[in-house]
Amino acid sequence: MNFIESSFIYWFFVILLMIGLYGAIAKVNLVKKLIGLTIFQTAIILFYVSIGQKKGAGIPILDVGHGHGPPPEITAAQYINPLPHVLMLTAIVVGVATVGVALAVIQRLYAEYGTVEEDEILEMIVTRE
Amino acid sequence: MTWVLDLFLLLFIAGTAVAALESRCLLTSSIILGAYSFMMCLVYASLGAVDVAFTEAAVGAGAGTVFFLATILRTGRKTSR
Amino acid sequence: MKRFALLFTFLVGGLLLWGSTDFPDWNDPESPASTYVSNLYITQAYEKTHVPNLVSAILADYRNYDTMFETTVVFTAGTAIFLILRLPLGPLARRRNTEHPEAEPQTLPRDPILEMACRVLFPPTHLFGLYVLTHGHYSPGGGFQAGVILGASFILLAIAFDLRATLSRLPEGLFKPLTALGVAFYVGIGVVCLLLGKNFLDYEGLRAIFSGISPQMIRSHGILLVECGVTVTVSAVIFAIYTNLVSRGNHREGL
Repeated sequence: MNFIESSFIYWFFVILLMIGLYGAIAKVNLVKKLIGLTIFQTAIILFYVSIGQKKGAGIPILDVGHGHGPPPEITAAQYINPLPHVLMLTAIVVGVATVGVALAVIQRLYAEYGTVEEDEILEMIVTRE
Repeated sequence: MTWVLDLFLLLFIAGTAVAALESRCLLTSSIILGAYSFMMCLVYASLGAVDVAFTEAAVGAGAGTVFFLATILRTGRKTSR
Repeated sequence: MKRFALLFTFLVGGLLLWGSTDFPDWNDPESPASTYVSNLYITQAYEKTHVPNLVSAILADYRNYDTMFETTVVFTAGTAIFLILRLPLGPLARRRNTEHPEAEPQTLPRDPILEMACRVLFPPTHLFGLYVLTHGHYSPGGGFQAGVILGASFILLAIAFDLRATLSRLPEGLFKPLTALGVAFYVGIGVVCLLLGKNFLDYEGLRAIFSGISPQMIRSHGILLVECGVTVTVSAVIFAIYTNLVSRGNHREGL
């Protein structure tokens, strides 16, 4: 049981990663490929967030307010590791900007070739040359 | 006992991811991708990453889904393989 | 192609699962990711910066160089989308009707329920975005979340009403410079700190202007200032991406 509890999140992360990778490689429609890449990205973010976990620790926000000061003793084992959260915050926002650029490129391809399927676009490029 | 809830959530995520990739209508895929983003937000929150969950809810289930819908409005929603 | 992709996926998945047996245990407080510098952040961040939200303190104080480049990347993406969708089409497309039949520019009938719901929802959403920005020191929140919520409130306005009506209230000449203004403000704070004698983006330099504030509180105020810059850029870029994507660059019709 301890073996399952200590590593089942890694198995789940690998499964989600492979679903995203399969979608990015095998699908022919460009929007489906982009959906596969989005699934891949959220799986990576899940992995990074999960490695900062500590047993019996709380969220990384201290219990301070107006009227009372900080908790008397701040030990590192009371709060989960905040550093992966910071890195993944950046990753999510940059990810949505990149998805916007990819969607703009898909719209240009549609305006240029009339279709969003990869093999039809390839055929048109080959017959045009 | 919370591992039952976590397990159910993770299985649901895997099912949603496969459904978003395999459906034939792109509108359905975009909406299911929005649901998938929201489920991932719940998983992040249950792992204690509240800031990441907030951002994922606002970005993935909010702005990301709207961008996908805006694109398939302009490129056609029936499809696909 | 599908069979090759399936085989390749199983192969890579098997390799990753075999490699994951070497990972440290999941919940371990002594795992290498949770030792070294992050312990220093947890124990010292409050007494140095007086910000209880450790993630905001690290994002906007200890690692604010990365956050500056992240804001620049968001601004670059908004500009790139604008450039991609507004260049003239190639020769193959000009000879063909490029409008998809389902996306004809049609004037949708005005829906009073949708408009009334949006009128009720828009002010609290906007206010909530500003609240998330300023309360990011004490609760989950901060610059990026507030920027996305503000941008999404403008998108709500554009969906419920006409796109052109929204663009008459928030014209392109306004939100395009706003995307650049946030980045310039962030870099400007760093340059001001540099000119006042300290390192780049070291908030202690601001004490020369605002004298009489303790070193901890000037760092807390510096965090709030850079988060404002980030919010302005991110909200303007999210709305700009939406208007360019939904109308394919010509800002005429929308969802």
